[in-house]
Amino acid sequence: MGVLTPLEEVLRTAAPQVLGAVVRRYGDFDTSEDAVQEALLAAARQWPSEGMPDDPRAWLIRVASRRRIELLRSDEARRRREALPPDPIPSVRGDDELTLLVLCCHPALTPLSQVALTLRAVGGLTTAEIGRALLVPEATVGQRISRAKRKIREAGARFVLPADFEERLPGVRQVLYLIFNEGHTASSGASLHRVELSTEAIRLTRQLHARLPHDGEVAGLLALMLLTDARRPARTRPDGSLVPLAAQDRTLWDRARIDEGVEIITAALRDTEVGPFQLQAAIAAVHAEPGATDWPQILALYRLLEVVAPGPMVTLNRIVAQAEVDGPQAGLRALAEAALTGHHRIAAVRAHLLERSGDTTAARDEYLLAARLTLSMPERLYLESRASDLR
Amino acid sequence: MKYLILIQSNPRSLAIWDKMSDAERTAFGRGHLELNEEMAEAGVHVASEGLADPSLARFVSVRDGETKVRDGETIISDGPYAEVKEHLAGFYLIDVPSLDEAVAWAAKVPDAANTEVEVRPVLDMSGWEF
Repeated sequence: MGVLTPLEEVLRTAAPQVLGAVVRRYGDFDTSEDAVQEALLAAARQWPSEGMPDDPRAWLIRVASRRRIELLRSDEARRRREALPPDPIPSVRGDDELTLLVLCCHPALTPLSQVALTLRAVGGLTTAEIGRALLVPEATVGQRISRAKRKIREAGARFVLPADFEERLPGVRQVLYLIFNEGHTASSGASLHRVELSTEAIRLTRQLHARLPHDGEVAGLLALMLLTDARRPARTRPDGSLVPLAAQDRTLWDRARIDEGVEIITAALRDTEVGPFQLQAAIAAVHAEPGATDWPQILALYRLLEVVAPGPMVTLNRIVAQAEVDGPQAGLRALAEAALTGHHRIAAVRAHLLERSGDTTAARDEYLLAARLTLSMPERLYLESRASDLR
Repeated sequence: MKYLILIQSNPRSLAIWDKMSDAERTAFGRGHLELNEEMAEAGVHVASEGLADPSLARFVSVRDGETKVRDGETIISDGPYAEVKEHLAGFYLIDVPSLDEAVAWAAKVPDAANTEVEVRPVLDMSGWEF
């Protein structure tokens, strides 16, 4: 699992606070963000050999402020801004992280841009790190970030927490979940840099949860991430191949993460209005219980989820649970009734149900169909091997 | 999601190229340069290249630890061009959220106006547990 070095920990925690302080002092998010990025790079270069300064945050703010002036100086068109008076050290405020998060997840931005900007401005990752994690060139990430900042400028968004920020929270949660999934679905060994995205998403969601403890869906999201991430050590083999949930070695699951996730989701379900992330977390919590899986409970939760947040994948998962409760024939009938099409997971589920009902010839064909439709290499290998077993 | 946009060269595309004026060929090349810039600016560009003539290809195989190299084949016909089946002439590798967006980018490739280009999803090393 991704673990940050003490230096990374300091830099990433400080990044949004430093950026918040600098933007509040000078107002220009665009240049300030570039300046903070350069200050972080300078710190990562200098501190290991020269030692960490007594007040790392003040150091970063000072260097970023200076760098910002230099960046503006190098830009003839913005020369007039040079005249700003020399600065008192800008101060740090508790709301900065939330304000930044809401700004980076601005609805005018594409999801690709929201992810890149959030990782850099709130997460304190360098452009190079983001590129390695998202498997795209550094220049591509750089473009996404500058494009995002231009959109923010054009939309007239400023560095203040909007009064209606709670309406923007669904978008923020979605971006954090997207970052988590980018990392979570990475097979271990194949890309450790991607796995780091899950760690980062959990860190940011934890911060958000601490800031908004009464938001049930933020709590649900955090619990869902923790409960899903707890299975990471068991979900892939050292060669990167996938281990289905039912076949996972549960002793490899991270108990501390499960306990924390269960505690958070239990409190959220008790104290707040129910929502999709809470329901998904509740399902993950049931899966994490020791002993035989309580499928009737999971089925009930999926039925609820189908009401709260309907979608083809939710229906498909409900059918999987239904088949566990009522048998594969019932599952196959439900699958036919739901008339789902076009996604490899549908074929994979049908294959599994056919196999369990004893129709190995049809199961084999469906496994091969699913293998052709998937865009994931480990999934393709898994589905092909299931098909081969039925030969 | 990454998608590869493949540009094939074939007798049909070569015939169209053959009929183009110098100005049209320049505009065609500029179209590719501009598309590159547009993709880069949009933050979707991963890589793109045009490939040299297939006669310059080398086919490499290893048998019993021994590397064998075979030259690219050129079959001369009436024209000055290698009269072969289709061959890969160039590609764009892009990173976009959906196939629809990949198709929209593919429609901007100058070759799409002449013949057609192919969009292929790239397999990912990530995957969900079943």
